Amino acid sequence: MEPTPKYLTRNFGNPAALTYDGYVAGGGYAALKKALGMAPQAVIDLVKAGNLRGRGGAGFPAGVKWGFLAKGDGPKYLCVNADEGEPGTVKDGPLMEQDPHQMLEGIAIACYALGIHQSYIYIRGEFHKAIRIVEAAVEEAYAKGVFGPSMSGSGFALDVAVHPGAGAYICGEETGLLSSLEGKKGMPKLKPPFPAVKGLYDRPTIVNNVETLACVPHILNLGAEAWNALGTEKNGGTKLYNVCGHVLRPGYHELRHDVTLRQLIYDVCGGMKPGRTLKAVVPGGSSSPILLPSEIDVRMDFDSLAKAGSMLGSAAVIVMDDRTSIVRALDNLLHFYSHESCGQCTPCREGTHWLYEISQRIVDGRGRPGDLDRMLDICTNMVGNTICVLADAAALPTQSYIQKFRGEFEDYIRAGERRGLLGGIEGKAVAHA
Amino acid sequence: MPKLSIDGREVEVPAGTNLIEAARLLDLEIPHFCYHPGLSVAGNCRMCLVEVEKAPKLQIACNTAVAEGMVVRTDSDKVKKARAGVMEFLLLNHPIDCPICDCAGECYLQDYYMEHDLKASRLEEGKNKKEKAQPIGPHVMLDKERCVLCSRCVRFTDEVSKTHELGIFGRGSTEEIALAPGKTLDNPYSGCVVDLCPVGALTDRDFRFKSRPWFLKETATICGGCAMGCSVVLDTNTNPYNKVGQDRAYRLFPRENREVNGWWMCDEGRYSHHSVDRGRSQGPRLRGKGVPADFALARLAAEAAPLVKAHPGRAAFLLSPRLTNESLFAFRRLAESLGVAQVEFGDDLKAEGRADGFLIQADRNPNSRGARELGLGPRPGVLGGRDLLKAAQGGAFDVVFVLEHALDPAALKALAAATKVLAGFHVQEPVEAGIYTVHLPLAHAFEQDGTFTNVQGRVQRNRKALEPLGDSLPAYAWAQRLGAALGVPQAPDGPEALFRAWTQGRPELAGAVFEPLAAAAPAAA
Repeated sequence: MEPTPKYLTRNFGNPAALTYDGYVAGGGYAALKKALGMAPQAVIDLVKAGNLRGRGGAGFPAGVKWGFLAKGDGPKYLCVNADEGEPGTVKDGPLMEQDPHQMLEGIAIACYALGIHQSYIYIRGEFHKAIRIVEAAVEEAYAKGVFGPSMSGSGFALDVAVHPGAGAYICGEETGLLSSLEGKKGMPKLKPPFPAVKGLYDRPTIVNNVETLACVPHILNLGAEAWNALGTEKNGGTKLYNVCGHVLRPGYHELRHDVTLRQLIYDVCGGMKPGRTLKAVVPGGSSSPILLPSEIDVRMDFDSLAKAGSMLGSAAVIVMDDRTSIVRALDNLLHFYSHESCGQCTPCREGTHWLYEISQRIVDGRGRPGDLDRMLDICTNMVGNTICVLADAAALPTQSYIQKFRGEFEDYIRAGERRGLLGGIEGKAVAHA
Repeated sequence: MPKLSIDGREVEVPAGTNLIEAARLLDLEIPHFCYHPGLSVAGNCRMCLVEVEKAPKLQIACNTAVAEGMVVRTDSDKVKKARAGVMEFLLLNHPIDCPICDCAGECYLQDYYMEHDLKASRLEEGKNKKEKAQPIGPHVMLDKERCVLCSRCVRFTDEVSKTHELGIFGRGSTEEIALAPGKTLDNPYSGCVVDLCPVGALTDRDFRFKSRPWFLKETATICGGCAMGCSVVLDTNTNPYNKVGQDRAYRLFPRENREVNGWWMCDEGRYSHHSVDRGRSQGPRLRGKGVPADFALARLAAEAAPLVKAHPGRAAFLLSPRLTNESLFAFRRLAESLGVAQVEFGDDLKAEGRADGFLIQADRNPNSRGARELGLGPRPGVLGGRDLLKAAQGGAFDVVFVLEHALDPAALKALAAATKVLAGFHVQEPVEAGIYTVHLPLAHAFEQDGTFTNVQGRVQRNRKALEPLGDSLPAYAWAQRLGAALGVPQAPDGPEALFRAWTQGRPELAGAVFEPLAAAAPAAA
């Protein structure tokens, strides 16, 4: 595997880059200067040509999304989704902590291209360090004239505000984020209307992920062609992959989109921990369906993983070895989703809770033979039937865990029945206090 | 107008209509909990999922606007499965305490369960426990376990009453409706949340446990609480425990009328049905003594006739904005037959309250506008209510008829002292009924047919839901019998004939028919 040139992570490990001067010394804010010399539409076209896929998880082309922004007078907003909360994901945090100006440059370019004069950076409440660093960087960007009444002397006004969230997973859903920003309970909004038409405060709004915006300066610097050459077809540029679990070297790595899951685990991360074998892997954050060891020769781009029946999502790879209990892994997952469901839509509110209750019963050794089919049926009634995709995010992995590891679930249930006959002493083990 | 097909049937509806409303035009009900035409679309119950051709997922009908050539299926297996799924989810943590729930019989959960689910619960784990029977305001009781979290009540307090008392707290399956800190659900329209609640989560403290809804008889009528004349339904029932032995009023709730009250009514109007049993005047009185009606009428005729015939100018009728157009017309006709000119409805004596700029009108009488349009308002040569009382107290009149005016005892005493015959007609027994020479009981608005003209000028049909209590009669009937006793020409008999008579020569009411008037009242304004 040839090494990938570093763009997103070029300043990682360099504390000087936290300051404006340090960032500029490394070639920072050159892309903004370049953008300001272009027509706004030309910037949008360039991002479109760069095939920049939204890095928040859905992989929707960012340039196309920008093209949807309603025209006309009155305020429009750019909201930066820095509410990174998908279990397994560690990418937006480091991007903000290690190179905040890269994101700010992306914001400035995007706002210029879209004619937006107000941007909000919605950062997950638990990210104390990132909040501190981004706030300092925004302050410095104001002092250096990047933000304010005349962006880098161009006469284009831009205000940027940092807004810490309160730590709800659902506020990372783009319309949940908007509700939260408006001061309401973080509940996703009904679509249509889409945010690009009626978003924050009922005004046209673009919501972009931190990594998406961090890519924007590099597309400007490299040009669409060179940027596309770093990725695969329709998946432009490099990508920040984050691997956790039972590999030798977990962590985040900037790589080309054409890396396969096998390469990521065995070459980049040094393979499994000594003496362990791979049992299963989640390729794109907890919401993505699980893959078997036989399915890891798949390219890590949005389209290839979708074809493989999973998704790239936030590119958070969770590796599980042969000692992992899939039953308990699913139980952990369902605990998360039933806790984070906003409760608005019936199938999600009741479905996530019910799945978790059944799972708890199985873990406690009180499972029954019909439970698995019941869980699969509950999943069918949830998928696609809600306002946002949290129900899908709970149901799709559940289906894949049960379908791919049905034998293990059945063994667990049978063992539980036996323990029950013995008086249920061992069966009292509880996974979650 | 876009043309679309729903379950293979074509329908043409105005652009912007949603699929629930479009299907209604085909008499097709798309089941729903959270959608309500009077509120914003929340789209959270997921009961109205339908299949729209070319859409990858099922779509919620409430938030899908019609489009030209759209093909919608509400009866496919996929839709049926989704509906059954949503019903199962909704009933999962629902207590199913229908036997002790006031909503049983008019509950969406019950109806939709029979129609779309009809299977046993698959829940083996315990149900969520939440608070039950919480009084959240003077009129409303909340049961959090029964709630399906459709948010209708929350949207009502946010969008219609604009008082923001309710909210949804917590999240996931422990989520619940509750009062905002420091608030009570005591806005003037709070009762509407009970009508809005599709299940038994919000119940009416006034109606709770009084009757099963299937024992109630519905009558579409008009609220007489103020000049707005909101369209309402009056529910009546024979209560085996009442001592009256005839149907009584149980509850009043708004009837959809987008021209007048939308879907709402105020609490003052809603609980005004109690007036039908409160302090009613039930028997005719002759100088305070209960007598048969015929006897009272004969005495009244015998005492009043010579005086009126000798000096019609010394007789006066003080009518009321609480009477129907038909009763007002009948008394006007009686006065005309007797040659009495002093007929007025006491516009300056009527009850006034505060208007709220929404439904509640300052004029707390149902028919001031009708009385004015019948020519009974203040006019040259006729004394207004206050002047009439003053003149009468000064001895200007021998005979005075007072209908539906609660005069204070002192004024009444002065009036009685200065006149020779003082006749009173009231729904509620006056404190000093004995002061009247003759006092005759009037039927309540809910006990008679007729029309009221509301503040907008709409002539609206008031329907009889109950038999008059005791010996009470509608005012037009007393006018009829009094006319007969006095031996003067009669106005037409009965409310429908009277309606035809008074609407004659009113071009704006041409073609108005009495019977269907309740459904579609022509606007006269």
